[in-house]
Amino acid sequence: MNLIKGRLFHILVPVVSVLLGLLIGGIIMLVSNYNPISAYAALIDGIFGNGYNLGETIRAASPLILSGLAVAFAFRTGLFNIGVEGQLLVGWLASVYVGIHFDLPKVIHLPFAILAGAAAGALWGVIPGFLKAKFKVHEVITTIMMNYIALYTTNGIIRAYMLAPGERTKDIKETASLASPWLQQLTEFSRLHYGIVVAILAALIMWFILWKTTTGYELRAVGFNQHASQYAGINVSKNIVLAMAISGAFAGAAGTMEGLGTYQYMTINNAFTGVGFDGIAVSLLGANGSVGIIIAALLFGGLKIGSLTMQSAAGVPTELVGIVIALIIFFVASSYLIRWLTNRFTKGGKI
Amino acid sequence: MEYVIEMRNIRKEFPGIVANDNVTLQVKKGEIHALLGENGAGKSTLMNVLFGLYQPEQGEIYVKGKPISITDPNVANRLGIGMVHQHFMLVENFTVTENIILGKEITTGGRVDLKKAAKEVKALSDRYGLSVDPNAKIENISVGMQQRVEILKTLYRGAEILIFDEPTAVLTPQEIHELMEIMKKLVAEGKSIILITHKLKEIMEACDRCTVIRRGRGIGTVDVAETNPDKLAAMMVGREVNFKVDKTDASPKHTVLKIQNLVVEDARKVPVVDGLNLEIKAGEILGIAGVDGNGQTELLEAITGLRKAVKGTVELNGKSITNHKPRKVTEAGLGHIPQDRHKHGLVLDFSIGTNMVLQTYYQQPFSKHKILKFPAIFEKANQLIKEFDVRTPSEHTLARALSGGNQQKAIIAREVDRSPDFLIAAQPTRGLDVGAIEFIHSKLIQERDKGKAVLLLSFELDEVMNVSDRIAVIYEGKIVAIVDPKETTEQELGLLMAGGKKQKAGDRSESH
Repeated sequence: MNLIKGRLFHILVPVVSVLLGLLIGGIIMLVSNYNPISAYAALIDGIFGNGYNLGETIRAASPLILSGLAVAFAFRTGLFNIGVEGQLLVGWLASVYVGIHFDLPKVIHLPFAILAGAAAGALWGVIPGFLKAKFKVHEVITTIMMNYIALYTTNGIIRAYMLAPGERTKDIKETASLASPWLQQLTEFSRLHYGIVVAILAALIMWFILWKTTTGYELRAVGFNQHASQYAGINVSKNIVLAMAISGAFAGAAGTMEGLGTYQYMTINNAFTGVGFDGIAVSLLGANGSVGIIIAALLFGGLKIGSLTMQSAAGVPTELVGIVIALIIFFVASSYLIRWLTNRFTKGGKI
Repeated sequence: MEYVIEMRNIRKEFPGIVANDNVTLQVKKGEIHALLGENGAGKSTLMNVLFGLYQPEQGEIYVKGKPISITDPNVANRLGIGMVHQHFMLVENFTVTENIILGKEITTGGRVDLKKAAKEVKALSDRYGLSVDPNAKIENISVGMQQRVEILKTLYRGAEILIFDEPTAVLTPQEIHELMEIMKKLVAEGKSIILITHKLKEIMEACDRCTVIRRGRGIGTVDVAETNPDKLAAMMVGREVNFKVDKTDASPKHTVLKIQNLVVEDARKVPVVDGLNLEIKAGEILGIAGVDGNGQTELLEAITGLRKAVKGTVELNGKSITNHKPRKVTEAGLGHIPQDRHKHGLVLDFSIGTNMVLQTYYQQPFSKHKILKFPAIFEKANQLIKEFDVRTPSEHTLARALSGGNQQKAIIAREVDRSPDFLIAAQPTRGLDVGAIEFIHSKLIQERDKGKAVLLLSFELDEVMNVSDRIAVIYEGKIVAIVDPKETTEQELGLLMAGGKKQKAGDRSESH
């Protein structure tokens, strides 16, 4: 067991999980009378095959990075933020509102719109944080509830105040847009926008806050051991609320990727976007680290975009990629299984 | 002579550390064999090798004369090796019987036959004089009883060789005595016992032979009848150990801590500290003696700001710290070695280095403008690790990975290093070996001699009497007497702790 330990094991688990997920996904394709080789060939072509696909992959990954960061940040501070989806929706709406209703030069308008989204997400995170700190209400329950409140409230607000033809808001002003003609041209007119820059910046910020600042020290200490933190004079309640606020801000920023980047407006959503929930998977696969999350988000973004080509070129339904993603998560979650398997291989049957 | 267990020249390495180096352990059938060593000496590692949890890099294991490779705990179980863990592995809301049969249930027609199982448990319990009620729920029985359930669990699985991992750490003196009787009964019935311990008294009382490990190396095996505690201690620590605490008379000066009419309520709103008055002076160690549950914990929590005082005042250096936040109390000049080092003393998942700045991380030089300065943090950590002889592979090792004694040394290093005017040491030596105890006592006395005020809370009367300059007896939330340790006896203290009245000076000579 000594061979497979520490850092190496941290990297090994996700890699082996991805390989196993693809392998078993292939078996399922075989059983369902699809050719896995041509399916995966189409999938890879759908991710890297041309500039358009590559651009779309990166575009799809941007909000996933941010929602993954939101989950990971909360997790590092001992909290389970299942409310990323709701925080994302309010962030989306806030950024679109600022994008439509303000007239400002781009250098001010764009950051203002992004910050508005982050602030709305933070506020949505603070509520469960406060309930936890003050009344010990478990954040998993409250964040799930807050998702539904967010979904129906944002829909209600759009319907009542912001409705444009097509069950959506008006387009945001160009000065608040993340869209980039240059990036679009570079990628054969995909919808790639500057959001990826925001996402990578956010990953840097998370790493910096958690590991380099006294705030991060406090947040992590509270996450690991509230009693010792209190004994050491750290304000536990304040840090729980702060952790949820920062986590919510990342989630809100994920919403701005959609509002200011991909769509330029907000639709009335019949159901959750799923990006917030995918953040849990991204964070898990990325081992709650900044770099890991970026890689995991790119992988999931690629699988989602690539599955479209898989369907059109190889005739394999996109749902199979959903199964592959689920399998990957399953294997990461059951990392003990992988530990066991690798030990089998490295120690010739002994464990 | 055939040994029932023989471990020859065992070597076990972990990254950065050799936990066992050339250790040999030979256990005869029907003996109680002590495995003695300081915290972190490698006792548990050796037993985990025997129990199949670790594989040794070198060495052989023989069970009843046959060479055997113990690859996992199931193999150990089949060979008749059972472990009574220090931290019990019991399901709280199951009955005794349900816990014992867990994983080895007797079934009739697919259903668990609890009646039959209970009978078997009862028979087993009677045979070894354990007097365990098979139908009691675990959560309703005492810690001592829970330990007997653990013993029954191993016996039920047919164990011939029982390993006891520091079994007395959680027991009261009465329970310890009973456990010793049980162990003697077990060996009389043909079982063999390996007792992991660092308490010399227990070895002298119950064991036949003793194997000593020091810093991972096997030092040797001795017959208990031919040795004495001093010799054993010297083998364990590697030098002569001084059991008597060396100290000069205290020269107390001005009052540092002053508590007046303090009332503190527990979670049920019962005033467990009830009008308590106490003064502690610079340059003295004040020991608090009392039976657990007389308000000691709440008193300390109220002083340190972890619990609200309902009435009364606490002053530190003449300034009120009553109901101040923990950080303000710390900054006013308090050092606190907490009772529960895992719960309050350390963030176990932080490195030992970052734990060293748990109260000071926000101050210069450890951070500036809210940015942590890791070079300064680890430089400080390294200095403290050296100064206080904290044995750790590096300052980056997780606090969790250190032995209890070294964790405690780290906490003391951190608290003493801030040079607080007032130091609280709550059960500072609980669960530690003689070497660490000696070290910690000398540090407390050093602080006293520097002119600090020290409050010592301990449930071990020996410790209170040896280390303190004055002893305050706490009973039902009040200080009922203050005595001079040089003029008192254990009997008198015991009487006062139970709520008795202080005897007049003239009567004392007749009482013993």
